[in-house]
Amino acid sequence: MSSIHQIQKEIIEEFSLFDDWTQRYEYMIDLGKSLPLIDEKYKNDKFIIKGCQSKVWVNAELENKVIKFTADSDAIITKGIIAILIRVFSNQSPKDIIKANTDFIDQLGLKEHLSPTRANGLVSMIKQIKMYALAFQTKIS
Amino acid sequence: MIDVKKIRKDFPILKRKVNGQDLIYFDNAATSQTPLQVIDVITDYYSRLNANIHRGVHQLSQEATDAYEEARIKIQKHFNAAEAYEIIFTAGTTESINLVASGYNSLLKPGDELIISALEHHSNIVPWQMLCEKTGAILKVIPMLSNGTLDINSYYSFLNSKTKMVFVNHVSNALGTINPIEEIIDKAHTYGAKVLIDGAQACPHIKTDVQELNVDYYVTSAHKLCGPTGVGMLYGKKELLNALPPYQGGGEMIASVTFEKTTYAGLPHKFEAGTPNICGGIAFGAALDYMNNLGFDVISKYEAELLTYATNSLKKIGGIKLYGEGLDKTAVISFNIGDIHPYDIGSILNQMGIAVRTGHHCAQPIMDFYEIPGTVRASFSFYNTFEEIDIMITALKKAVLMLQ
Repeated sequence: MSSIHQIQKEIIEEFSLFDDWTQRYEYMIDLGKSLPLIDEKYKNDKFIIKGCQSKVWVNAELENKVIKFTADSDAIITKGIIAILIRVFSNQSPKDIIKANTDFIDQLGLKEHLSPTRANGLVSMIKQIKMYALAFQTKIS
Repeated sequence: MIDVKKIRKDFPILKRKVNGQDLIYFDNAATSQTPLQVIDVITDYYSRLNANIHRGVHQLSQEATDAYEEARIKIQKHFNAAEAYEIIFTAGTTESINLVASGYNSLLKPGDELIISALEHHSNIVPWQMLCEKTGAILKVIPMLSNGTLDINSYYSFLNSKTKMVFVNHVSNALGTINPIEEIIDKAHTYGAKVLIDGAQACPHIKTDVQELNVDYYVTSAHKLCGPTGVGMLYGKKELLNALPPYQGGGEMIASVTFEKTTYAGLPHKFEAGTPNICGGIAFGAALDYMNNLGFDVISKYEAELLTYATNSLKKIGGIKLYGEGLDKTAVISFNIGDIHPYDIGSILNQMGIAVRTGHHCAQPIMDFYEIPGTVRASFSFYNTFEEIDIMITALKKAVLMLQ
C-alpha cells in the first residue's frame, strides 16, 4: 500500500494535467457520481456531520491494523472531494493518519471547499477522520 | 431613470475579478456593497475625527460626537421616528432583537404568549425561544403557505388577551416575501400586544415610516443598505424603551455610579454601554444619504424590472423550481434546478465569478416546509444589470450540463 504522502503526490500530478477549472470540476463530479461511498445503513443521524450547506456521513472500521473509511454527501462536488480524501486516508494506519497533513487540497485548487465558511461538512469530516484515527490508535496501544 | 453605468462607478468592488472573471455580485440580501461616498466617510473619520464620544471636552471628541449624533438624526428622519433618542445604535439586527428580548425577561410571566412567523430568520426565532425558556412564556408560530406567504387566518386565531408580543419580518430573507405588517401590527394592538418588525431585508428596498406603521419596535442593519457591517439600529417607542430594563451595564449608560446604587442614563444612552462603533454609526448615516439621493422609488422600480427579467429568464431553464414566485416581493429569487444540490450550483457559479447565496439562508423552517436542503438565492441591487443576469443564466446552463 502506498503511503499517504505518495498518494497525495499522485493526486496532485493527476490534477496538474487539467487545463482549467471546468476539467477539474468535471473530474470531481465524475468521482462523486461513480463511487458508492457508504453503506445505506450508515446514512443516519449517528454518522452525520451537518454543515449548513451540504451533509456528510462518515463511518470508520479498523481491519488488519488499517482504517477503512466510508463516507457520502448529498452534494456531488462535496462527494467528489470525499472520494479524494478516502483515497488518501483509507487503508492507512491510525498512526500515519494522525500525523498526515491535508495541505495537498490547496494544491488541487480546491481550497475554497475547505474554508470553514463553506460549512459543507468537509472541514468537520477531516477532523472526524483524525478523531477516528486517534481513537483507534488508543485502542491498539 | 436610473443611470446604472454611472452608479457602478461608485462601487470600487464591482471592478474586481473573481477566479479570473468579472465579479457578478448577486448576494445583496446578505451584504450590500459599499459606495465611495460611504468609504470616504470611513476614511475621513479615521483620518480626521477619531476620538471617544460624549465625554471629551477636546475638539476631536466634540466633532466626533456631533458627527455621530447627526447620523442618529439622519436615521430618525429616514424612518420618521418622532424623536432622535428613539433610535438606539446597536451592532446590527441580531443585537437589536436580543436587546429587546433581554429586556422582556423581567416583563413576562409564565403563560404569556408570543407569536413569531414561520418565515423568520434564525435571529428572529432563537432569542424568543430563549426568552420563553427563561420566563415560561409560550411561543406560537404563524404557519406559511406553499406560495411563501403567511397563513394570516392562523395569526388571527392565535391572538388573545395573553398575547404579549408579535415578531415578524417585514420581508423574508429566504424568499423575499413582503409581509402584510400593517395588518399584523393593527390586529396585535387591538389585543394590547406589542410588535417588533425585523426590517433587515426591507430597508434596502422600502422606505419605512415607523409612525405611520405605528410599530412598537423596528430593527435593521446598516450593511443591508450600503453601510458597513457591525452596526445597526433599534427603533422603539419612547414609552416602551423607557420601561425596558438596560441590556448591558458599563460606561456611557449611567447617570451616576456608587457602590450602593447606580442610576441609569436616559434614552438613548441607557442602551449604549461602552464605546460604540462610532465610525460605523456615522457611515450608516452616510449610507442612508446615498440611498436617499438615488431615491427609494427609483431604486425599487429598477429592482422590480431586474426581478421580472431574471424570473422570466430563469423560467426557461428546464427543471427550475422557483420558491415564492408571483408574490409581492423584493428583488430576491430563491430556486433549485432538478435534483441538483444548491451547494453544487453555487460552487460552479463561483468558478465563473458569480456570487450567489446557497443553503438554508438561516431560515431552516422554510426549507423544512418545502422538504429541500436549501436553495440557490440570487438577490439583486440597483447596481446590478440585465447583462449580469444574462451571464448568470448562461452560467447556470453550464452548471446544469456539468452536474446532471
